Amino acid sequence: MNSIIFTAGARILVALVFVFSLFMLLRGHHLPGGGFIGGLLGAVAFIIYSLASGPEETRRALRVSPEVIAILGLGIALLAGLVSFFMGDPFFTGQWYWVGGDSYETAAFSINSVLVFDIGVYLVVLGGILSLTFAFEEET
Amino acid sequence: MAEHSDPNAPWKTLSGIGTTAITAALFLFFLQYLPTVAAGEPVRWVIPWIPSLDVHLSFWIDGLSLMFALLITGIGALVMLYAAKYLAGHPQYDRFALYLFAFMLSMLGVVLADNLIALFVFWELTTFTSYLLIGFGHADPKSRRNALQALLLTATGGLALLAGFILMGVTQGSFEMSQINAAGSLVGKEFYTLILFLVLAGAFTKSAQVPFHFWLPNAMAAPTPVSAYLHSATMVKAGVYLLARTHPALSGSDLWIWILSIFGAVTAVFASLMALRQTDLKQTLAYTTLMALGTLVMFLAGSTGYAITAAMTFLLVHSLYKAGLFLTIGVIDHATGTRDANLLGGLKKAMPITAMAAAVAGLAMAGIPPFLGFIAKEVAYSGALEMHLWLFVVPMALIAFALMFAVAGIVAYKPFYGPQGELPHAPHEGPWPMLLGPVVLGVLGLLFGLMPGIAAHYLIEPAVHAVMGAPDRGGRVKLWAGFNMALLLSLVTFALGFLIYLRHQSLRERLARIEAKSPDLDASWDRFLDWFVRFSKVQTGLIQTGVLRQYMFATFTVFAVTVLVTLVARGAGPLRVSFSGLGIMEWGIAALITAGTVLVLMTSSRITALVGLGTVGIGVALVFITYSAPDVAITQLLVELLVVVLLALALLKMPYLDKGNVQKHSFPNAVLAIAVGALTTWVLLLVVDQPFDRRLTEFFEGASWTQAFGRNIVNVILVDFRTLDTFGEIAVVLIAALGAFVLLKGMRATKEEKK
Amino acid sequence: METLAALIIGVLTAASVYLMLARTFMRFLFGLILLSNAVNLTIFASGRMTKGHPALVPYGADAPLVAVGNALPQALVLTAIVIGFGLLAFALALAFETFRRTGTIETDELRFAEPKEDTQQ
Repeated sequence: MNSIIFTAGARILVALVFVFSLFMLLRGHHLPGGGFIGGLLGAVAFIIYSLASGPEETRRALRVSPEVIAILGLGIALLAGLVSFFMGDPFFTGQWYWVGGDSYETAAFSINSVLVFDIGVYLVVLGGILSLTFAFEEET
Repeated sequence: MAEHSDPNAPWKTLSGIGTTAITAALFLFFLQYLPTVAAGEPVRWVIPWIPSLDVHLSFWIDGLSLMFALLITGIGALVMLYAAKYLAGHPQYDRFALYLFAFMLSMLGVVLADNLIALFVFWELTTFTSYLLIGFGHADPKSRRNALQALLLTATGGLALLAGFILMGVTQGSFEMSQINAAGSLVGKEFYTLILFLVLAGAFTKSAQVPFHFWLPNAMAAPTPVSAYLHSATMVKAGVYLLARTHPALSGSDLWIWILSIFGAVTAVFASLMALRQTDLKQTLAYTTLMALGTLVMFLAGSTGYAITAAMTFLLVHSLYKAGLFLTIGVIDHATGTRDANLLGGLKKAMPITAMAAAVAGLAMAGIPPFLGFIAKEVAYSGALEMHLWLFVVPMALIAFALMFAVAGIVAYKPFYGPQGELPHAPHEGPWPMLLGPVVLGVLGLLFGLMPGIAAHYLIEPAVHAVMGAPDRGGRVKLWAGFNMALLLSLVTFALGFLIYLRHQSLRERLARIEAKSPDLDASWDRFLDWFVRFSKVQTGLIQTGVLRQYMFATFTVFAVTVLVTLVARGAGPLRVSFSGLGIMEWGIAALITAGTVLVLMTSSRITALVGLGTVGIGVALVFITYSAPDVAITQLLVELLVVVLLALALLKMPYLDKGNVQKHSFPNAVLAIAVGALTTWVLLLVVDQPFDRRLTEFFEGASWTQAFGRNIVNVILVDFRTLDTFGEIAVVLIAALGAFVLLKGMRATKEEKK
Repeated sequence: METLAALIIGVLTAASVYLMLARTFMRFLFGLILLSNAVNLTIFASGRMTKGHPALVPYGADAPLVAVGNALPQALVLTAIVIGFGLLAFALALAFETFRRTGTIETDELRFAEPKEDTQQ
């Protein structure tokens, strides 16, 4: 699509949608959102970019190939499960560490394996869908 | 022959010495259990495997399994050493050593496994490894064909055995053989006849009883060490082992007695006649193995102390002398280049040690005192006299043993002490690794005969105990049992056997003439396989038309008919249809989805179809958002967007939707489609009419915040309560993406490389 | 609403079956898309439908205060949608590659695995 307006506008749109996808990922535990939705949104962001500037340019902008992102995501998700395994809990039991307190009410924030898993989901969905789309775009 | 080694090739390879050493170590390991087991204390190890299905890797060492384990590892070590030299320099020797070792371990598994399912798995493993071993000379089509024949026959028997095992386990309430035997006889219980037939199908195919015997002589296509190990001492005895193992549970019925006696006796006599008829010494030995297997089955028909003792003693002595003789034949073949009984003779001078070993094994086979073979024959006659069908069993045993005497002469006496024959090349003595086996086995046969007390106390009597399920009085195995009927029969056997030996040339010609006239099971097997292939081709042609639409039509028809029949048969009640509480929103969504669907159905334009699909997707997303599922709705909308992008990218490259842009509608298809749709609606209306079980939902609603610290219940279920499920799903997404990627790009890349 | 959903699902299923019986695999793929929509709606409707109350725990409460939508089928459907997309993309890639290599999208002409001479005896 060789529209200057689209190409110029796409850059801003991509940044906005991408940030929004991260926002959806992070708020997902309490409000509608999460790894699946975030990943889909992130993919949409880069697809807009590739429609404007072509898949080659988008691959350069991504720096890492989408296949690697997806595999990395699966690895991170697996890691989130293995943590509980090493802690002596059944596989994939959520692990929570409270920073600045000892419960949800008192702690400033928490580090937990559940969010790590959701990030893994995000990356798999993002990478998988981008990989598919690029394959179709580049081959057709 | 191609399988023979270069005499100068190095034979002390890692695979040869390594496997031999491990097997010998296992032999010593099992040796230490002799005193414990002889004292009547079986050993048991259990490793849980699939506890939920009551499948355990449990091992059980009693007299029977220990005797087998010692034979397997002891003869195994000797055979492996022998094979290292026999096949030295063979380009695929390492592979051979691996197969042989794998077979040894599987066979050990068969005799040690206590759990029926584990036993079955090991049983089939021996089938597979023996397939690889028989087909070791895979360049020869005959070798491949014979290997396949053995595999098909024994594996089919194995499947029957599995069915029998499952029925047995369900009937007795346990899959542990030791517990099944301890629980008492199955005779008269439900399914007994079926279990018996299934188990016998497994045992008879494995142990090559008539009419399943023909694979065993064909299996001699394998290298000689394999024949010595698998087809004399171990694998073919697995069937006999199985009958002995299940003896406490299955024996005693008329059916057991009749079937085992008749099949065993017929196999024994038929095989010993065939052994006499052969001129290739290896084939002769193959048939004598069949004879031994028949004899063993025949004696297992009985339940008396003498019958079982006869079976166990004969089993031990046969393994020793038969493995020894096979190995000796290998040495002769190796040294002279032929195995033809008519050519061989006068080898005594050139091969003194081989001659001695062969003589010792031959004397044991002929049943001459003071060898263990003599004792085995004495006990066998005593056992036969005690059996129910003694009028039938005794003459059959007499014929078989007399023929055996004659064959022992042909195999072990004539090549060495007979008149000088014409040989392809001058004989020389075999190398020591190939002589060790025959010598050790022969000496053992003599030692056990001279000191029957040791063999009886440590090996035979514990095994008899295990087979009978109760201690036997013992003391039956002795060199001099006094003047009795058995001794008389022995003397008759010698006389008859000697007579047959003297006249064996003319007898052989007569047998060859009879054989030429009788039906050939081996050829029938080939015809059966040909017929089977033709049958499956016709069947495939009928069922699989190769047209996708017909497959889909059949699938949906079956679906529709099954659902309809179920609904009618279950008397599906009247439907409660309620459209209450529906506003303009709901009807609007329904109209939108329907409109989109109709658009996709009716249009021949690709763009219009895309619009229709998008409309349906948005309609479905509207359902989700109206009915409290924001997460699902967002996902649906985003995916719908991506579907349209992908379809637009791919679809527009394709030529058309319908040939000539005219859609051909089909009335039968429409009827089927409407039927499936209507049935789906019907079933769903019945489902939502049922009272709803909210237990799971309530758990998730209550635990989402309190246990998992998340307020979005849907997300908590995805990433906390059902994480493993989600993990599997993202793995599927990844696989689908990589699969599509490879399809579109990877294949293209290889195509370009080829250019 | 469940009644209406059942009717919608019936329409979608009938349409997808009809499309899957068509002669070109593009129509087959359309059928697949409609079928996955129908299946997702089926799972959703079997878990009963509640209007206007998403499955969220309000701040300051330990559990939802009113009857909210059933969360379990929603979670199942959510992943099913994404997987359905993966399946569709793979099928599309397969269809596309097939067309590129054979030059046809007619399923009757795709007989490499089961050639005519094999099936007509």
